[in-house]
Amino acid sequence: MTQLAIQAKQLSRNFASLKAIQSLDLEVEKGSIYGFLGPNGCGKTTAIRLLTGLLKPSSGDINVLGYSLPKDAEKLRLNIGYMTQKFSLYDDLTVKENLNFLAKIYGLSAKVQNKRVNELLAIYGLDQKANQLAGSMSGGQRQRLALAGAIIHQPELLFLDEPTSAVDPENRRDFWEQLFDLSDQGTTILVSTHYMDEAERCHKLAILEAGIKRADGSPQQLMNNMNANVVEIVADNLRQLKQELLSFPQVISAAQLGARLRVLVNNTITEPKAFLMQHPMINNNDELTLVRPSLEDVFVTCTGEGRQ
Amino acid sequence: MISLLRVRAIFSKELTQLKRDRMTFGMVIMIPLIQLMLFGFAINTNIRNIPVGVVDQSQSGLSRVLVQTVSATQVVDFVESYHDIQQAELAIASAKVRAVLIIPDDVSQRLVRHASVGLASPPSSDQETSRPIAQWLVDGSDTMIAGAIKSLRSMPLTELLSKPSNRQTPTFEVALLYNPEQRTVVNIVPGLVGVILTMTMIMFTSAAIVRERERGNLEMLITTPVRSYELMLGKIIPYIFIGLVQVAIILGLGYYVFNVPINGSLWQLAGATLLFIAASLVLGLVISTIAKNQLQAMQMTVFVLLPSILLSGFMFPYEGMPVVAQYIAEVLPATHFMRLIRGVVLRDVEVIMMQFDMYWLIGFTLLGLLISSLRFKKNLD
Repeated sequence: MTQLAIQAKQLSRNFASLKAIQSLDLEVEKGSIYGFLGPNGCGKTTAIRLLTGLLKPSSGDINVLGYSLPKDAEKLRLNIGYMTQKFSLYDDLTVKENLNFLAKIYGLSAKVQNKRVNELLAIYGLDQKANQLAGSMSGGQRQRLALAGAIIHQPELLFLDEPTSAVDPENRRDFWEQLFDLSDQGTTILVSTHYMDEAERCHKLAILEAGIKRADGSPQQLMNNMNANVVEIVADNLRQLKQELLSFPQVISAAQLGARLRVLVNNTITEPKAFLMQHPMINNNDELTLVRPSLEDVFVTCTGEGRQ
Repeated sequence: MISLLRVRAIFSKELTQLKRDRMTFGMVIMIPLIQLMLFGFAINTNIRNIPVGVVDQSQSGLSRVLVQTVSATQVVDFVESYHDIQQAELAIASAKVRAVLIIPDDVSQRLVRHASVGLASPPSSDQETSRPIAQWLVDGSDTMIAGAIKSLRSMPLTELLSKPSNRQTPTFEVALLYNPEQRTVVNIVPGLVGVILTMTMIMFTSAAIVRERERGNLEMLITTPVRSYELMLGKIIPYIFIGLVQVAIILGLGYYVFNVPINGSLWQLAGATLLFIAASLVLGLVISTIAKNQLQAMQMTVFVLLPSILLSGFMFPYEGMPVVAQYIAEVLPATHFMRLIRGVVLRDVEVIMMQFDMYWLIGFTLLGLLISSLRFKKNLD
């Protein structure tokens, strides 16, 4: 059996009447990259704060790296890194000062500190910017600095709360390369995101909606186990067709992608193409293709109940 | 267990930030400098040259000499002359003048019959001697102005008559210790130390911690091993030095520019000041655990600052306030510090001789530390 870095059972947290997290069960294997996928406000940040000991759960058990939370939150701090959603290092300190400050906070000795800071500056391409104020850097640079700050003490477990929301696609790709490097070195990573392509890179992920876990597993598993088939239709008058199709209870969703309409049909229908062909608005010469599901399709099929 | 390494890390980070924040750094120096110069020159309770008018109903040589004699005291400055009393009252109401001297047409008779002159045959009756020679109409709403004019009530008229004054033996002899020249600035400068420290110490600490919360730094900090008291200590220490620098500026300039002596020992002075700085910083900490943002922190600072100026004895004597106000004043650290610093600077007393104030400041600091460390939670609940 592989070891677990995070284990949570029936975890709940309420803010007054709002149920931010409801009965969350979670198992994260050591050394893996685990993703929280969900829309804004679904409880991703709350879940991370519960798992880092920043918030106390209303009920449920949490065990992170062998520490029981919230009791051992202080002891856990030395072993985890946390990169907040908003840039939370000091804008009015330089890159190097920020890192040195964190190194001291984590109690690194002067010699180790110097070596580690220089090492991180080199890895994250910040050595040219070492004396620049953090506040004057671009989104991508700041994000790399924040990551460097979060792992300065070489934590076993790293929490990243929407790390790439303020970054361009190229920087995002590089950032994920760096995460895989860390994962390769044995760091367990828990990352929250609302980007499908990012979620797809995780070893495993949980889809959250309104504080409830709707599905979890590896991206491939999730796509295989999806309870719907995906048909792409090329036809005229797609806007109207979409409205028509949505009135069928078997059609879970229909989304237009350029000239195509991507329709999710419940898998109780064994022949989705034939099912759709019955519709009067679809002609025989229209093109219908059964396609491979994407993570977005998984997301759409397992959420939607609680959506406003 | 406290980690000095972490406290030092926060302390040096705070210094670096302060060094970069030119505005705040400038304020640290400019606030005491400008306010000392401003208040040192401006605040004066020895009132002179009050603008007044005159209604001269007698139009005699005597009345003109009388006006000149009064004018020579420099308490008032005659700026206007009116024909009748209605005009004069209107001028007071519209604040053109603060008071009007009304000289009646029988001023010479009144003067001759006046007790201080005693030129009379047959001797003046009681009714005659009790008649003043002229009258002041004063805008009495400002008690200080009224007091200054009232001091003219029994001014000697010897010069008017070129006659030696009747020798008067005072009932009491008054020896004015510590400020024999009665210069207001002697009392103002040490008091100003209290006011400025209250303002900057409370404001800087409360803002410094609230700022971290506002900018999101605190969310990062609380996931690190930093403990809340290490954070608070590291943030407070730089401001202790700032406070001492400000005190040095105020008292130093007070000494060189305004000639305010520092009679007590510098050690006593430093002791009293450190006690007050500690109390103010802790109050700033308490505010920082309540305020959600820097604006709120600022508002709460002003809330404390105003009574610290008005009730602490800085501007108005503590003894003149009603008992309830005295109780409120007793709560404020500034009140106790005003007593201590005036004691040390002006009267060369040792802090230990004013134990009550000393212990109050210590107690206030300890209580504040307790409250703020209870309130400052290291989680987001």
